[in-house]
Amino acid sequence: MTTETAPGLSGWPPPVLDPAGPFAGPIQVVAWVLFVMAAVVLAIVLLALGVALFGPRKWKRRVGGERLVWIGGLAFPVVVLSGLLIYGLATGARVAAEPKPGEMRVRVTGEMWWWRVAYLDADGREVVQDANEVHIPTGQTVVFELESADVIHSFWVPRLGGKVDMIPGRRNFLRLQADAPGTYGGQCAEYCGGPHALMGLVVVAHDPRAYAAWRARQAQAATAVVSAQAPLALIDQGRAVFAASGCGACHTIRGTEANGLAGPDLTHVGSRQTLGAGILPNNQGTMAGWISDSQGIKPGNRMPSYPVLTGQDLRAVAAYLESLK
Amino acid sequence: MSSETGFDPELYKRFPTQEKRPEGELKQLEDVWCGPRRPWEWITAINNNFIGVYYVGAAMLFFVLAGVLALLMRTQLALPLNGFLPQETYNQIFTMHGTVMMFLFAVPAVEALGVLLLPQMLGARDLPFPRLSAYAFWAYLVGGLAFFCSLFFGLAPNGGWFMYPPLTSMTYSPGINADFWLLGIGFIEISAIAGAIEIIVGVLKTRAPGMSLDKLPIFAWAMLIFACMIIIAFPSVILSTLLLELERALDWPFFDAARGGDPVLWQHLFWFFGHPEVYIIFLPAAGAMSTIIPVVARTRLVGHRMVVMAMLATGFISFGVWAHHMFTIGMPRLSINYFSAASMAVSVPAGVQVFAWIATLAAGRMRFNTPGLFAVGGLVIFVMGGLTGVMVAMVPFDWQAHDSYFIVAHLHYVLIGGMVFPLFAAIYYWLPMSSARPLSERWGRWIFWLMFAGHNITFLPMHLTGLMGMPRRVYTYLPGRGWDLLNVISTVGAFMFGLAVLLWIVDMMRNFRLFGAREAGNIYDGPGLEWLPNGLYSLRSIPVIKSLYPVWDQPDLARDVAAGRYFLPGAPRGERETIVTSPLNAEPQYLQRMPRPSSWHVWGAIFTAGFFLILTVQAYAASVISGLLAIYCIVKWCWNMDRPMAQASVDIGGGVRVPTYRSGPSSHGWWAMVITLIVGGMVCLLAGFAYVFLWSRRPDLWIAPPDMSGLIQGVGLLAVAGLCAWGGPAALKLDRPRSGVIAAVLLFVGAAALVAASATDFTTWMGAGLDPQASGQGATVFALMSWQALFVGIGAIMGVFAVARWLFGLASAAQPATFELIGLFLAFTAGQGAFVLLLTRLFPGAEMRSWLMMTGGLLVWAAHFLGVYLISSLGDVAATADAPAWRGAALVFSGACLVAEGAVLWLLARRARVTDDEGLAPFTIGVGLTGALAGLIGVVWQTAPILMAG
Repeated sequence: MTTETAPGLSGWPPPVLDPAGPFAGPIQVVAWVLFVMAAVVLAIVLLALGVALFGPRKWKRRVGGERLVWIGGLAFPVVVLSGLLIYGLATGARVAAEPKPGEMRVRVTGEMWWWRVAYLDADGREVVQDANEVHIPTGQTVVFELESADVIHSFWVPRLGGKVDMIPGRRNFLRLQADAPGTYGGQCAEYCGGPHALMGLVVVAHDPRAYAAWRARQAQAATAVVSAQAPLALIDQGRAVFAASGCGACHTIRGTEANGLAGPDLTHVGSRQTLGAGILPNNQGTMAGWISDSQGIKPGNRMPSYPVLTGQDLRAVAAYLESLK
Repeated sequence: MSSETGFDPELYKRFPTQEKRPEGELKQLEDVWCGPRRPWEWITAINNNFIGVYYVGAAMLFFVLAGVLALLMRTQLALPLNGFLPQETYNQIFTMHGTVMMFLFAVPAVEALGVLLLPQMLGARDLPFPRLSAYAFWAYLVGGLAFFCSLFFGLAPNGGWFMYPPLTSMTYSPGINADFWLLGIGFIEISAIAGAIEIIVGVLKTRAPGMSLDKLPIFAWAMLIFACMIIIAFPSVILSTLLLELERALDWPFFDAARGGDPVLWQHLFWFFGHPEVYIIFLPAAGAMSTIIPVVARTRLVGHRMVVMAMLATGFISFGVWAHHMFTIGMPRLSINYFSAASMAVSVPAGVQVFAWIATLAAGRMRFNTPGLFAVGGLVIFVMGGLTGVMVAMVPFDWQAHDSYFIVAHLHYVLIGGMVFPLFAAIYYWLPMSSARPLSERWGRWIFWLMFAGHNITFLPMHLTGLMGMPRRVYTYLPGRGWDLLNVISTVGAFMFGLAVLLWIVDMMRNFRLFGAREAGNIYDGPGLEWLPNGLYSLRSIPVIKSLYPVWDQPDLARDVAAGRYFLPGAPRGERETIVTSPLNAEPQYLQRMPRPSSWHVWGAIFTAGFFLILTVQAYAASVISGLLAIYCIVKWCWNMDRPMAQASVDIGGGVRVPTYRSGPSSHGWWAMVITLIVGGMVCLLAGFAYVFLWSRRPDLWIAPPDMSGLIQGVGLLAVAGLCAWGGPAALKLDRPRSGVIAAVLLFVGAAALVAASATDFTTWMGAGLDPQASGQGATVFALMSWQALFVGIGAIMGVFAVARWLFGLASAAQPATFELIGLFLAFTAGQGAFVLLLTRLFPGAEMRSWLMMTGGLLVWAAHFLGVYLISSLGDVAATADAPAWRGAALVFSGACLVAEGAVLWLLARRARVTDDEGLAPFTIGVGLTGALAGLIGVVWQTAPILMAG
């Protein structure tokens, strides 16, 4: 497997403490308040313990009575916890308010082990399909409708907000907003079997104009973009290999005969940032590697490996898919 | 001091007795309680000195095994995309690590500590049901080992220790891996419940005379609360495992959203057990801390009463926090706020205990020996875990931290600081009680520091790993996420921890010498009865307890106890026996005959384990045979109980005579039966919750219940069963020439009526077209009926058992206990059947409201009747029925009932004025008003005598 890394969660600075929108910001403040609280309380306990173990007799006598238990064990926590509780509930109400009418909606469905993404119009109809990455406009609250097609998953993009579970038979809502353009990594946070570890995603925020352009392009049928890496002849060969290998049984490429629904929609797969649900960067090399050995790269996932394809066929089909911008 | 049982406390002044003990008395005691002489007797032994040590040993074995699994995981995670463990293996290993640590190590370990220590601490000869704890142990050992071995065949469960469906349902886990979890754990829970019954009855009924609740050692308090919590919490996991197994085996859709089930139901049921579980593990360990810290500080526990209160509060609050594991499932805001508040509140009692320990250390002078180090180290780690616990109780923060490595860090801080370190302190502290040599102090210090450092190096970085986005339960991670270094550090720490445990094992092998000629004894100068000179019979004589720290406060105690100058200095009847005392003041009530070693419970345990394990591999015929053999062994085991006594009373020392037999609420058997029935009732109640919960999800899939004739028939049969269950023992007690046969026949008829009621229930539902596979309604109704059928089946065996006792001439008024307990069981089963019948047929149908309108007033009356009865019998148990407190309670309750009656009347009257919507309404309201008036008069009528009693 390649050592290149797909865009996604980046560890430093810790994404929970590096918020990028109004639904993650207040939680960062809560986190710091809690760290300070914990540090102070721990210091007090350790101080009391230190006095109890090593302190001079006079100090020890002060600490060694029921009064300490009343003050330290009862009164102090009740005061601190009451304050924290009110603060926590208020913050919770702020970052998890009900969706408002008119807000943009995206339906993300957790599947074993990838994300089906659908952009909804004002009436809740699916207008554009995509997979494993969600594009949003900056400065605008987006409502994520979270569902599951099989087992429980959990949708978590820490720089934008907290996580919400995707549960079969239920529809949960999560409101997120990105303040600045960029790519925000996410990850399935509820154990969902097999390769749960390798179920990532990215949220890509564009400024509103760029977002509108992206969405318009996304709504169109597939068009192969010819380039130096993907000359027309190779694209044509790849398209033929794709059809002959039965890829269309599981994948849809709008504008072609491929209309399978089991796997991700590939109409604009070449424009995505990652492959295999957030685990590989997306280019011809990784695409060819993924097709020939998806089970080696992500054991247990639903896409079979295609070691039967010749090198030339692989190159062609990878070039074809990468040309679908 | 007022007496609880009519026992004259003046009698205590006769002790210590002065006369010389007869020749040969000690020899007889030793012979009666002798240990194994032949090899197989090590297996049939039932004395807690053996079973307790086996039990602790087995729990530590599972600790080590699960620890090895942890090291394998840490090795895999040391590098990104490491190939050390394949994905499937890793998923099985992390599932087994959590499951084994929680179910096969933590709960059994603290329960084992109780079995080993409680009789000695309480001054009892043994726990009240030695064969039951032996049965629980063997079932746990055999079942646990077989369960663990599933790993070697790649058949171990792989759904995580909380086994969320639908990942664990047949569709997504078609192998038998999940069944291993469900059946293996399901029956280890039974073993835990058996142990809990033992501990509750042991603590409440077999204390040394005079050890009233205010003199009860803090560890025994902890074990009592622990056991009560098991009784309330474990039914929930029993039910959830049953339901999931039923869904997997029979396709009843409890958790399948497409057919009206709900995966969230599992989460509610699982966490209603799962969160109290944490405190179930923590409380006994905290009790050990509260015992050990005063000893190492050479002083008394500061705030003893506050600590007891804190433990009680923990027990209560912990049942209101389960949903804090579910903050991310999209719960309504109100629930989230409630559970957030409760989750914070539960940390207050923990704070009380922590500060009580610190104050105790300050009040005394700490000795830095190994138990002391582990206690203080555990305190520090636990405080850190508690603080991160407060963090994740803050809902917004939890939305980020949930299911990340932050949680992995948090839970290990809580469990290792709150349970593992105290357990090691306890092992070091109490080991000299069982071993000829103590463990090495020098090694102990090394082990402590290695473990303390190893723990922090492993888990402190994980807080950050989690905030950096690493989710839990991942078999690998990608490079370039910045998680590599922290994971390497954690792995290094884990191996330090492992090294510490390895050193401990080596030291155990060097120094642990079980049952040598002499135990190392009280090397830490502990104050409890367990440190008095003792043998397999526990104490030579059972002292009168006058303080919380008897060994410290009564310098002559050891000498007098060993010289036989207190209660029960020998074995007066040549039998194993112990004094049963009253629950509050520990006044001697009677002498209980205890069983001798036998092999039936061992075979029973093996066949019970066999039944569940063979069921897992779907060899149904073999499984049924094993199950039948288990029943045979258990019946055989019960057959020898409750036999005629040669003497009606005996002298237990100092001329104090107590009876040798008791039945009814003062007997140990009655308590055990009542607790067992509470477990059964909890399961049924929770199944009722599941029924209502699933109705709220998809009412459109529900069908109308069968017509009313089935309900009336069923209730009638259950009423017959209830009457017979009450009449059987009552007839026996009349002690007329034919009492025995009448009692046996009544019990048999009662059981038969239960069978008929169940059959009616089942056939009418089938007739109504209810399909268990079709909807949440079908699944839950059939589950409720199956649970009832299980009780009916056991009741039927008991009915036959009663007849058999009569045939063998054992149905006499002199031994009413067995018949009484059978009657109790049948009466409970009838009540449970009525609950199932009424719930499933009246809720949520339109009849429900009419029925409630018609019967509301009468129901309040009945509730008042029962409530006052309960309050006054509690007063009787406390023998203070005339005390103002009980009368006050009864009056307050009566007032509440009066208000309720008034409310019913008011509601009906209001409805009578506006109603003309339904044809039936005038009739139902008329009946209802009459009933409510009658109820009102009834409540007033019954309240008057209470008023006049003052």
